[in-house]
Amino acid sequence: MAVVFEKPKMLADVPLHYCPGCTHGIIHRLVAEAIDELGVGEKTIGVAPVGCAVFAYNYFNCDMYEAAHGRAPAVATGVKRCLPDNVVFTYQGDGDLASIGTAEIVHAATRGEKITTIFVNNAIYGMTGGQMAPTTLLGQKATTAPLGRSVEKNGYPVRMSEMLATLDGPAYIARVSVHDVKHIMEAKKAIKRAFEMQIAGKGFSLVEVLSTCPTNWGMSPAEALKWLEENMIPQYPLGVKKEVE
Amino acid sequence: MARQMMKGNEAIAEAAVQAGCRYFFGYPITPQNEIPEYMSARLPEVGGAFIQAESEVAAINMVYGAAGTGARCMTSSSSPGISLKQEGISYIVGAELPCVIVNMMRGGPGLGSIQPAQSDYFQATRGGGHGDYHMVVFAPASVQEAVELTQRAFDVADQYRNPVMVLGDGIIGQMMEPVTMPDYKPRNLPEKTWAATGWKNDGSRPRAVINSLYIQAQDCEDMNKRLQKKYDEMAQNELMVETQMMEDAEYAIVAYGTTARIALTAIRQAREQGVKAGLIRPITLWPFPTETIAKAAKQVKKMLTVEMSMGQMVEDVRAAACGACPVGFYGRTGGVIPGVREIYNQIMSMKEAE
Repeated sequence: MAVVFEKPKMLADVPLHYCPGCTHGIIHRLVAEAIDELGVGEKTIGVAPVGCAVFAYNYFNCDMYEAAHGRAPAVATGVKRCLPDNVVFTYQGDGDLASIGTAEIVHAATRGEKITTIFVNNAIYGMTGGQMAPTTLLGQKATTAPLGRSVEKNGYPVRMSEMLATLDGPAYIARVSVHDVKHIMEAKKAIKRAFEMQIAGKGFSLVEVLSTCPTNWGMSPAEALKWLEENMIPQYPLGVKKEVE
Repeated sequence: MARQMMKGNEAIAEAAVQAGCRYFFGYPITPQNEIPEYMSARLPEVGGAFIQAESEVAAINMVYGAAGTGARCMTSSSSPGISLKQEGISYIVGAELPCVIVNMMRGGPGLGSIQPAQSDYFQATRGGGHGDYHMVVFAPASVQEAVELTQRAFDVADQYRNPVMVLGDGIIGQMMEPVTMPDYKPRNLPEKTWAATGWKNDGSRPRAVINSLYIQAQDCEDMNKRLQKKYDEMAQNELMVETQMMEDAEYAIVAYGTTARIALTAIRQAREQGVKAGLIRPITLWPFPTETIAKAAKQVKKMLTVEMSMGQMVEDVRAAACGACPVGFYGRTGGVIPGVREIYNQIMSMKEAE
């Protein structure tokens, strides 16, 4: 019988801890499919963040690290310099990458470190219970911005992909979304492209994936997908921000 | 190998390379800059890699990454920079990774000064970062000893899968002395079957997960008990202490690093005046030579601890002496180095006070 659908080899056969309706599961799958299709699973080493994806080391079926909050790009740098022929990726959220880990991501990118970063942006701190993130939208409520984020009190949300795309080190920077099937397919292509760039030795690559947090946004999963489309995409425009030859 | 004049920092770097260190991650700070500078030129010659990181925080996390692949790697810094590395050191301990960390201490607290000090003793010997942990801390008193202890540090780190610190006062890094590079031969060490190198899923080894997270309290306690067993073994096996002129001593001076060398000259001068003084020099600050000091405390009339600090190791000396003799303290700090005459006067005044 022809197999038309199966679990990626790169995903371990264990239940995920993510909340119902969270899009981390979809993003995990896309990363796993990309690595499977490129046939590099046996030489891939992943670095999990602190945040909702902290247990990603249980889910990706390859050698994994768990890094300190924000430090995954530095850890991945250490790994890649020792094992230049391996494929090294980090999987980080917006608090991890865009707040506490800004120095590490900016410098890994500008060094042109040959690693791939999957940056999951859901505009909130999920694991700790819904605090304001650097990417929280203006007006969006969070447990530490109970009246909604305001410019006066909290400043503006940060666009990491655009910032990083100004640097010379990155080979590929793209922002994608997983709020519907069409965009999931595009996200998959971007993630695969990012790994291809690393394998070809072109430089640093990053895919920012807009993601939902129904639990901490206080919405149903369907409402959350719609909210992402209507509110996050205008603030965080999709598309390839940088791609070298 | 021929004897040659070398600056302490460069000698430590070369010793590390000869011990198989191939990866170095650092950030500039005085008085340890010659280590990263030397490594930046030397490591590419031996097929290794050097990165000047964006911060000490990043540097220690690069060490975490490199150590997890099984490579011999190190970082170095000086006091304020070592404070920044504490987060990473705690994670390295928790994930049970071997590496070597050099701290060329300068005056503190805060930005302090750039001159030599020994005021990071508490930080080095109590763990430094969050959580229950220890690491072996070597305190060299000469450039030759710094070379030997640096090489030993790599072996100790690999044997116990734990970071090891080489703790020098800034003088050790900055002065030039004749050095003979040892003919390095590693201990009989276990294979690094735990390293993350890419998983073939062919049954040859389990999937590597370099991690310090144990979300269940019982698992985290079990991890701590496992670590404690290692600390007990380190304390049992790795203690190093030197004593001089202690056989007939009536006064014991306890000092480490450069301070011990200055104290030794003062002790010799006191002996010339008929005062029977001796030196106890801890070479490992953790584990601490508690028994040597306890035994001496029953023999001597008085002890004096001399440090380039306001009094840190003296707490361990007093705990070890356990009231068997009075333990005095003399310290200079902030980058001020005690002179021979100052320590001599302290020794003579112990005698005169009787």
